[in-house]
Amino acid sequence: MIQQILFAIVAIAVFGFAFDRYNKIYRNIRLGKDYDTSGSEAARMKNMLLVAFGQKKMFKRLIPALLHLCVYIAFVVTQIELIEILIDGFTGNHRYFYPLLSSISIGGFDMYWFIISSIEGLSVLALVATFAFLARRNLLKIPRFRMSEMKGWPKIDGNVILMLEIILVTCIFTMNAADDALYRLGHTHTNGLHHEVGSFGFAVTAPLGDLMYQFFGQFDEMGIWMLEILERAGWWGHILVVFLFLGYLPFSKHLHIMLAFPNTYFAPLNSRGEMENMPDVMNEVKMMMGLTDMDGSMDDPGDELPEFGAKDIFGLSWKNILDSYTCTECGRCTSVCPANVTGKKLSPRKVVMAVRDRAEEVGTKIDSGDYDANNFDDGKSLFDYISREEIHACTTCNACVEACPVMINPLEPILKMRRYEILTESAGPGDWVPMFTSIENGGSPWQVADARDKWATDATKENE
Amino acid sequence: MSEMAAQGKEPEVLYWVGCAGSFDARAQKVAVAFAKIMNEAEIPFAILGQEESCTGDPARRAGNEFVFQMMALQNIETLNMYNVKRIVTACPHCFNTLKNEYPALGGNYDVIHHTQFINDLIKEGRLKLKGGGAFQGKRITYHDSCYLGRVNGVYEAPREILASLDNHLVELKRSKTNGLCCGAGGSQMFKEDEPGDKRINIERTEEALETGAEVIVANCPFCITMMQDGVKAKDKQEEVMVVDISEMIVSNNRL
Repeated sequence: MIQQILFAIVAIAVFGFAFDRYNKIYRNIRLGKDYDTSGSEAARMKNMLLVAFGQKKMFKRLIPALLHLCVYIAFVVTQIELIEILIDGFTGNHRYFYPLLSSISIGGFDMYWFIISSIEGLSVLALVATFAFLARRNLLKIPRFRMSEMKGWPKIDGNVILMLEIILVTCIFTMNAADDALYRLGHTHTNGLHHEVGSFGFAVTAPLGDLMYQFFGQFDEMGIWMLEILERAGWWGHILVVFLFLGYLPFSKHLHIMLAFPNTYFAPLNSRGEMENMPDVMNEVKMMMGLTDMDGSMDDPGDELPEFGAKDIFGLSWKNILDSYTCTECGRCTSVCPANVTGKKLSPRKVVMAVRDRAEEVGTKIDSGDYDANNFDDGKSLFDYISREEIHACTTCNACVEACPVMINPLEPILKMRRYEILTESAGPGDWVPMFTSIENGGSPWQVADARDKWATDATKENE
Repeated sequence: MSEMAAQGKEPEVLYWVGCAGSFDARAQKVAVAFAKIMNEAEIPFAILGQEESCTGDPARRAGNEFVFQMMALQNIETLNMYNVKRIVTACPHCFNTLKNEYPALGGNYDVIHHTQFINDLIKEGRLKLKGGGAFQGKRITYHDSCYLGRVNGVYEAPREILASLDNHLVELKRSKTNGLCCGAGGSQMFKEDEPGDKRINIERTEEALETGAEVIVANCPFCITMMQDGVKAKDKQEEVMVVDISEMIVSNNRL
């Protein structure tokens, strides 16, 4: 009973804390501008199923994709066992599904054995993958994990997640093995197995359970008592790490395990070649060119000059901010960026991380109560996080967009910041000024005196 | 176009030459090559001539939406006035903007890139390849431009043309969806590079030279400029040529 009360208190506290934190992230995402989510729901669903659920884009790089797949499948399947643990926690009913599932037989094995054994097998694979990931991050010199934006917290964050994963698996194995030993001694608490003697025979933990049985079996009551402590320690250890995880996720790059789904669902369906149109500018130019029917439907622009492009997260779309919280900092975008691979300062991953960090800063300041969310001004902006040199280096080649396994678009914030710089500040690279002037006055980015079809008339003359 | 319209004729397709094709000495040769191919295939085509202007792509990607809108709206007025339905262009940037960005501004056309157009002509038997020419049997490599390849997913049409010509294609290490930019996109063509270790076109040219190809084939006037500069910087201009696919056809058919 004490265990259940303790469990309920911890669970409610964790869920409460996490709920508040997830709410704040949702609020931060909504600080962005409206984003058009029209278009086929079936197409959106397909993206989500293929890319998030099916990991399609991960497989551009086979080795990390396979390692990631091990952890991913183990994580998804483990949820079955997690449900059982939660029921146990609240009701004290150990292995709640055992009586029902063990009565269903498939191919000579009972269903319960099959599920738990599968989870155990997958967990071993996940454990191997986790060690491989730790090695990739810390021992192997993989460039995308060693860039400047990966110093400090991002590096710690990546390792913390992997450590938690190891503890998680260790705890569940300890619990299953100790429970198996108790079963052999006729002392398991499992639903319907009180005083029964046997073995669960789980694929990975049965041999471990046998070892524990032989060792602790020597100490009679004392041994049973120690096994029970071991079993509970594994149980509590596992669920506490799960809770820790739940509360830690919203502070971590690991949030992608949740946000990958909405992020792929809401990914744009139109061609990536289309930059978002700016109807305000279009209408103004139309008016200038005398192309609008002047039936007085134009909005009064007012005295204040409108702000074009993005200076801060408020000028981005909420999808851009959702992108930033979905990013797991894998760096595939940066490793294919032509500017980055030739030593320029631009790193698409850093741009995405900067959007998130700025959204966090703005969110924290709003929570402090000193700032108004609707008229936010703390004297800072995205330009304090992303330098002009970075946004000027982009070739808009879309390699980063193509590379992202969860359909983040690092290019959009860059282009929106360029728009702010050029349209609102009238700044930007000096080299571009003559190009703009030339296009505006001569219809070509180069100042040329020749007629536009001179090449054709010359060629015709040559042929004659 | 205006002459054809005055005679009451309608071209099968409008050839959008683009600024590079119109003014850049190297790209003008590509424009002539493509025009020769259309003549060979007896395609009634028109150009806008003085009535064509920049699509606005370099302005838009630099962030200058005003200049983009000015160009785009003017072009759409012109295209709609002539009731243009089908446009072909040898520039992937023009191709992308006409195809993907003009619809939101009221310009809806069937836009194809010249590599798709030529490939269709070959498939339909309207363009017969004669065989031979300067590129026969040569070891070549093909550079995917970002705006034809990754942005618009056209990888196969150019490769199909190359396969129908007699040559030995060696793919670049980074090709198709993984293709590396030449360095010109996003208005980089019109400014100095930001500080770094290397120019992007040099990185790409080095990769192309690694294939041992004698010919670097491209589909974009800006890629051609960038790769040509790269080849010169590597002092390989005597051994390695940078050409547009259309120029290979012209050589093949001795047009």
